[in-house]
Amino acid sequence: MTSEALKSTITALLPEAVFEEGGEWLALQLVPEQWRPLALQLRQHPELGFDFLFCVTCVDWKTHLSMVYHLRSTKLGHHLVVKVKLDRSNPAIETVSDIWRTAEFNEREAYEMFGVKFLHHPDLRLLILPDGWEGRNPMRKDFEDPVNMIKL
Amino acid sequence: MPSFENITNAIHTWLTTHLSAGWAFFIELVLVGVAAIALFAALGLVLVLMERRVAAWMQIRLGPNRVGPKGMLQSLADTIKLIMKEGLTPEGADKFLFNVAPYVVMIAAMLLLAPIGFARNLQIWDLNIGVLYISAISSISVIGILMAGWASNNKYSLMGAMRSGAQIVSYELSAGLSVLAIVVLTGSLRISDIVQSQETGWWIFKGHLPAIIAFVIFIIAVTAETNRAPFDLAEAESELTAGFHTEYSGMKFALFFLAEYINIFIVCAIGATLFFGGWMPFHIGHWDGFNHVMDYIPSSVWFFGKTFGLIFLIMWFRWTFPRLRVDQLLNLEWKYLLPISMVNLVLVTLVAIKQWHF
Amino acid sequence: MVEEIGTNEEGELVINMGPQHPATHGVLHLVVTLQGETIKKIEPHLGYIHRSIEKMCESLTYRQFSYVTSRMDYLSSHINNHACAMCVEKGLQVEVPPRAQVIRVMVDELTRIASHELWWGAMAMDLGAFTPFFHAFRERENINDIMEETCGARLTMNYIVPGGVMADIHPNFQKRVKSFIELFRSKIDEYDELVTGNIIFQNRMKGVGWISAEDVVSYGCTGPVARASGVHSDIRKLFPYEIYEKLQFNEILETGGDSFARYMVRMRELRESVHILEQLVDNIPEGEFQAKTKAVLKLPKGEFYQRVETARGELGVYIVSEGATTPYRIKFRSPGFANLSALDHIAAGGKLGDLVASMGTLDLVIPDIDR
Repeated sequence: MTSEALKSTITALLPEAVFEEGGEWLALQLVPEQWRPLALQLRQHPELGFDFLFCVTCVDWKTHLSMVYHLRSTKLGHHLVVKVKLDRSNPAIETVSDIWRTAEFNEREAYEMFGVKFLHHPDLRLLILPDGWEGRNPMRKDFEDPVNMIKL
Repeated sequence: MPSFENITNAIHTWLTTHLSAGWAFFIELVLVGVAAIALFAALGLVLVLMERRVAAWMQIRLGPNRVGPKGMLQSLADTIKLIMKEGLTPEGADKFLFNVAPYVVMIAAMLLLAPIGFARNLQIWDLNIGVLYISAISSISVIGILMAGWASNNKYSLMGAMRSGAQIVSYELSAGLSVLAIVVLTGSLRISDIVQSQETGWWIFKGHLPAIIAFVIFIIAVTAETNRAPFDLAEAESELTAGFHTEYSGMKFALFFLAEYINIFIVCAIGATLFFGGWMPFHIGHWDGFNHVMDYIPSSVWFFGKTFGLIFLIMWFRWTFPRLRVDQLLNLEWKYLLPISMVNLVLVTLVAIKQWHF
Repeated sequence: MVEEIGTNEEGELVINMGPQHPATHGVLHLVVTLQGETIKKIEPHLGYIHRSIEKMCESLTYRQFSYVTSRMDYLSSHINNHACAMCVEKGLQVEVPPRAQVIRVMVDELTRIASHELWWGAMAMDLGAFTPFFHAFRERENINDIMEETCGARLTMNYIVPGGVMADIHPNFQKRVKSFIELFRSKIDEYDELVTGNIIFQNRMKGVGWISAEDVVSYGCTGPVARASGVHSDIRKLFPYEIYEKLQFNEILETGGDSFARYMVRMRELRESVHILEQLVDNIPEGEFQAKTKAVLKLPKGEFYQRVETARGELGVYIVSEGATTPYRIKFRSPGFANLSALDHIAAGGKLGDLVASMGTLDLVIPDIDR
């Protein structure tokens, strides 16, 4: 499906969707409340069929956080990037780990690295960091650790 | 020609002429004990070195080649290292059982040396139920392994011990049944009788197909009984790190290690005795000229040659085969080997009654 | 957390597999819940080798950061560097000279063979066969020698840089690759004889660790794991980069979805990679090995995503640039991380021995998972 066709299909599902131009793939900007209902549609809609969530990450923009979901359809071959803007002081978003199973681990990583809370996540615990790092989010831009220096 | 028979007879005569019967018997016991322990140690060193050289040969590498000429003293150096090491007992282990277990395993292995005929008339104890004795004593080592696994207070050890228990108990059945095949052919449980019965040819040749089937089952079963790959589930290092001896170190570990190799030697010696005539040279029927030539090779050379041939076979298994899974291991025994060996036993009986063997 | 775990309330045995365990090939920590020998649940605990590569990259320039990535999936370090270089090139819109492209693809395929060889040996060792490991390393050594001559290193090569490759190939390169191809063809048959046909091996692998095509996609598994379940996932075919479009090779697909299918995919990929090398070894075009680039690279503001097919699957490099000399944020989408997340699904319900077989065929490289 071309990116124009994708655009119109998604607009039909979510009229208030904001698209971003210029990237390699069609990008979509959302607020947290819109994400989960749309995610279900993206997965199940026969013309969209985004079954492969190949990259989940978070970017700290200093003013806000933004979750970035890269989606691909293995059957139809088209791509979509979804960016969800989150409040930096209390980032929270619904989980999509039941829609795409790979999100479970990736969301845990985003949780510990950026402090994003994934509501209704089945098992939201630290994955990589050792115990005692709850609440300290090393991948945020303002994180400083004098002992374990990360900046080179 | 000096033979072991002459040496032992000379010692016996000298002792009985110079000492009272009681003292002579006592000193003979001591001598036998010392000889058994020396053999035990020597076999351990040789077999460990052999295993490493065989492994190296199969794995396109050199193997031990630094200590002594061609690395001959490597296992001696390893032994000294292990003796010097601290034998740790883990916190929370059952200390008594933990420390006793390696000795149980080792003693079981040593007891098995008794009925083996190493050469013509060289046997520590030629008891009339030799084969039965071997089956009975070899089951004791599983107790040692279970003790070690239980007492270690380690989950991996416990699982290894449980696996080992299930495995040894099951494979004992087919090992016993395949041994029984030869007993049926010979009509005696005494080891010396079994060897003598092969004067006109070894059972593997005389016994037709049933003897060959029995031999194949025997080799599979004893590989499993000695916890060797592909049946090394008790220590399966990729699953259970080191299984029942995970927590052992120093000399206590070395005893397990030694016992494993002695067990291999013993089962191979029994295999050689039952199927390949033990110390009996290679004889063909009544070709007296040929048989006479064969007799010039000392009987101990025959015995050790056959035994080490079988040991090589078992080492070859280890370095080529992947390991079985635990359920497959038990399936193999209970669904295939046991029924086959039972049918085979009937066949052997038929052969023995009808006198079809040579 | 883990220390207190002995037996849980249901009476199931909980064991810590790792972080030091022979079968986890690195410092992976699995908390395995067992009932007898049957696995109920597997819970990975990561981070024992987490070096925060993504954070480090934020303070490294675009020329520097790819060196760190050699240490992610160290068995396909060339391919990691390749992904980074291509992502930077995408931002700079640099055209890579044809000679460099061919060299890159060749070293990529050599790396893939080396990686699969190590996997083959290590997996056989997991199953209790020790000898294959040494046989695999004998051939892998040849590849390392080729790499040593051309790249100056044997494991973390750092040979592929933005714009091309760091140096021209060694004069012996073509000759040695040719003799390697000849040697390796006969050796793969030897591998099959030693391991593939073994009845014990087949019993251990067939029907073990099955995963369906839908689950593969849902868990985000890629590479041989996905292809063994019949999912097209070879980036070289789906989204060709460099000169893969012009090459003749097949995407290896199996439909079994079990450990044996994953094993077969990799064994057949070895042959396919040799085939690719054969096409290229005599056809390295003359010319520059590196495009002219500025001394200090600055990516324009924006986001760039580049993916390549490593030996383990789809590696994605996601660069968020603010127009500076260092990336604002880098994310590496590592294939191992996604493959590991499916481990619980794959191995639960099997025996403890099956876990080892499944883990072996997932081909986990722990630094790739932890990053």
